[in-house]
Amino acid sequence: MSRFLDRLSVSYAKGVIRWRWLVLLMALLATLAAASGGRFLSFTSDYRVFFGEDNPQLMAYEGLQNIYTKTDNILFVLKPREGTIFTPKWLEIVKDLTEESWQVPYSIRVDSITNFQNTEAVEDDLTVADLVEETGGLSKAGLERIEEIAQSEPVLAGRIISDDSKTTGVQVTLQLPTDDAVALNDAVTFAENMAAEIEAANPDLEVAITGLAPLSNAFPRASIADMSTLTPLMFLIIIVCLVGFLRSFWGTLGTLLVTIFSVLVAMGAAGFAGIKLTPPSAMAPTIILTIAIADCVHILVTMFHEMRHGKDKREAIVESMRVNMQPVFLTSFTTVIGFLSLNFSEAPPFHDLGNIAAVGVVAAWVISIAFLPAFMAVVPVRVKAVVEGNSSFMERFGDFVVAQRTKLLVVMGFIVVGTSSMISMIKLDDRFIEYFDTSVPFRVDSDFTRENLTGVYQIEFSISGDGTGGVSNPVYLAHLEDFSNWLRAQPGVVHVNSMTDIMKRLNKSMHGDDESFYKLPQERDLAAQYLLLYEMSLPYGLDLNSQINIDKSASRMTVTLDDVSSNEMRELAEEARGWLQKNAPGYMDAEGTGAAVMFSYIADRNIKSMLMGTALAFVLISLSMVVALRNLKLGLLSLIPNMVPAAMAFGIWGLVVGQVGLAVSVIAATSLGLIVDASVHFLSKYDRARRERNASPEDAVRYGFKTVGTALWVTTAVLVAGFAVLALSTFSVNADMGLLTAITIAIALAVDFLLLPPLLMLFDREKATAPAATAASAAE
Amino acid sequence: MNKILLASVFSLSLAVFAGSLSSAPALADNSDPVAKGTAVAEEWDRRDQGFGDSEAIMKMELENRHGEKSLREMRQQIFEIKEDGLGDKSLTIFDEPRDVKGTAFLSFAKTFDPDDQWLYLPALKRVKRISSKNKSGPFVGSEFAYEDLSAQELKKYTYTWLRDEACGELQCAVVEQIPVYEDSGYTRMVTWYDLSEYRQQKIDYYDRKNELLKTLNFGDYRQYLDKYWRSHDMFMVNHQTGKKTRLVFEKIEFQTGLQESDLTKNSLKRVN
Repeated sequence: MSRFLDRLSVSYAKGVIRWRWLVLLMALLATLAAASGGRFLSFTSDYRVFFGEDNPQLMAYEGLQNIYTKTDNILFVLKPREGTIFTPKWLEIVKDLTEESWQVPYSIRVDSITNFQNTEAVEDDLTVADLVEETGGLSKAGLERIEEIAQSEPVLAGRIISDDSKTTGVQVTLQLPTDDAVALNDAVTFAENMAAEIEAANPDLEVAITGLAPLSNAFPRASIADMSTLTPLMFLIIIVCLVGFLRSFWGTLGTLLVTIFSVLVAMGAAGFAGIKLTPPSAMAPTIILTIAIADCVHILVTMFHEMRHGKDKREAIVESMRVNMQPVFLTSFTTVIGFLSLNFSEAPPFHDLGNIAAVGVVAAWVISIAFLPAFMAVVPVRVKAVVEGNSSFMERFGDFVVAQRTKLLVVMGFIVVGTSSMISMIKLDDRFIEYFDTSVPFRVDSDFTRENLTGVYQIEFSISGDGTGGVSNPVYLAHLEDFSNWLRAQPGVVHVNSMTDIMKRLNKSMHGDDESFYKLPQERDLAAQYLLLYEMSLPYGLDLNSQINIDKSASRMTVTLDDVSSNEMRELAEEARGWLQKNAPGYMDAEGTGAAVMFSYIADRNIKSMLMGTALAFVLISLSMVVALRNLKLGLLSLIPNMVPAAMAFGIWGLVVGQVGLAVSVIAATSLGLIVDASVHFLSKYDRARRERNASPEDAVRYGFKTVGTALWVTTAVLVAGFAVLALSTFSVNADMGLLTAITIAIALAVDFLLLPPLLMLFDREKATAPAATAASAAE
Repeated sequence: MNKILLASVFSLSLAVFAGSLSSAPALADNSDPVAKGTAVAEEWDRRDQGFGDSEAIMKMELENRHGEKSLREMRQQIFEIKEDGLGDKSLTIFDEPRDVKGTAFLSFAKTFDPDDQWLYLPALKRVKRISSKNKSGPFVGSEFAYEDLSAQELKKYTYTWLRDEACGELQCAVVEQIPVYEDSGYTRMVTWYDLSEYRQQKIDYYDRKNELLKTLNFGDYRQYLDKYWRSHDMFMVNHQTGKKTRLVFEKIEFQTGLQESDLTKNSLKRVN
């Protein structure tokens, strides 16, 4: 069988060399054709792409957004370095900003303390006017009056004006076209320029920008930043590694071309498939670069080795292809399985990442067995005299492992169990603001907002009344008020927006501003008429539909939270629902939704969905190990070094970092496809020594270290470097995934070197009896 | 230039054909678009003068971008005021939905100043006078703003004729109107006046950043007292939010014997 494959590989390699120019041309044309799909690539700015269409939290939120006005917003946050906002100077600036903000593209409404529609009642006369009309002639008493009104108005206090009056917000409501990254960026950039101008003109004022629109816009920005900084950095690392290791200009160039072609093909295919890039899928180029070079390194190392030992270039290429055809296929195959298992994830961006990376790995395989040999056949390659790698070090290392095997087994066993048990220290948390690191202005501004003005995470409820017009029912209103009071008493709650506050204010206004009427109306028709009055008094760009549905049978309650964890978020949403079920009529039952709630469930849901995918990948990859090694016992033993590294990496993460989110769910599956490569190589050499040379397990281990030790060091170093580069991403899901994968791969090598050999020497005791004839290992 | 000349000759001949030569702005001099636009609007205004008073039954259908609808029914009485600087007096009474039945809204329009407004809530049994500069806000949750519905006074805008063009089967003068009163929500409006009867056929509204905000289409024009044209179907589309409002007049009656004294603060309580 393998003899047949060897012969096939040889005649294939000879064919490639004969038709080298044709192969080069075809490879180039095919790459260009595939890469042309890149023109369809775009970045998505819709955070909802992180949720599958049938995600229950997304469905609940979209249900709510279909009932009420769906809007995006930009919040300007202003804080003077000294004193409160209630001075003529700062109010004037707030007023100017309020007016200018109407110019923000796609804006439909601007709200601030200055244009707040303040109602004053004197007997039967109601005056509705901007809270701040003229700033020039404001007296101290006038300023105090404005401050008092703003601080006692539930719509403003804790939302637009901070408790200490030192920070205020200008809220711009946007009506953006759906998932139009250009429109979104226009609006956000316009606002950023406004903020920069105000800051430049007023050095003693801090201006920050947050809101849903800047959040959405931060996603494509993170993707672009990753692709424009991490990918070039990866190239640099590759070049350094290759030049250092291959010491060949043409070999380096060939490898670079293979990696570039692979990335082009994968990204082009993504374009043809209509994939919109998100931060996770924007990692694909860097990952493909990392993986693609491994194929080339194997082929080139063997080729140069043969040339150093006197073969001419073409013979060396044929020999290298003969030896590497199958291992390169096998390692690519397991990697593809690992990435394809991401399709089990709940979060579609990971499907995209998995599929793009899988296409890239297949492309890298095809290109490195077709283009690379043809390319090397064409270019001039010279090798210096024999300078063998420092295999003597690896031999000594092999001796050490053999000699200390019992101690190693015990020590490694303790380390494995010890670190793995730290998994329980991992805390799942997905605060989406913290997806962006502190080098991202959106994150800094959002933190500033949270510390000084109001929270950024919200839970929303759509609470139904009893039929059409039911929101005016006094029973409904009373329970709604109880619910909002209960919510306000919960820890972490900064603000609650409830229609009951509007009702109470109207009731007071309609009774000549008599404080004793700051309470809910007791008759249904009066409440309905107040709502009509309220509707008639709403200013430009506002409508009741942002808070009450169109047939007035339900209203929206928005709860703004301080910096709470995903756990606390889930608990509050669930407790709130429990409160409604226990204390309110059945029709008022409502589920808490919102972006923050959606993200608070994302890691849990993804871990559950990825369990199946990871298990399947594990079974498939282990099966292919058994088939490739043609040895059930070794195949089963290989489970340990393949399973243990991810568990240990999680344990170390739990001990050192603790908090992790979405990224954690996909590590086990993707890293598995990569870490098996090292154990495949080591086990195949071991097996070959046992069968062909009738070596004892000890000698077979020494043989393994001697033959592939160095190569494993190098490929592992490249992989670790590649994924470590991702750790520099400004997007924490990417950074966590990169770092965790890098740790896993590094641990995998340690396990392959320090734990696997002692295990082999312990369990593989009987004499090797396999016939030497068929033992040319499949995965050499 | 030729094009403009041709268009104006065409519109002029159309005017001759329509037999309204005497009153048509034959002053149509294309070299002065402001004069021409103003002339068109003056003609529109002139043709509506002297209607005296009217009563209408209206249905307002609100539709959000998902096609969900809600319906309101109201009656409206209008008493024409001829004085300069003052607009008409109007009384709007809600009949549907039932829990707001009898809620009444009285408005004395003014050309430049905020309108005088009174509101009567039957559940509260009190009349409230409301002072508000809020002209740009939506009228009871609809896509119509107060300023779209309140008395259309000639002097509220400056006019610039843009072009003449076909509008359906008719020929229209397209006139840009810029509000001169304070607190408008619009930078400008573009209005299509048909040249046969000088009725508004369509209005485009531009928001504060000069983006197209809404379009109002007038349909089902009927003539009353052999003179006054009223649209029975006004359809407003908000291009930014996708919301729509259709205002249908079920019945309009003119010169019903309404007195100015019927439209006072004290009459609000007696509307039912």
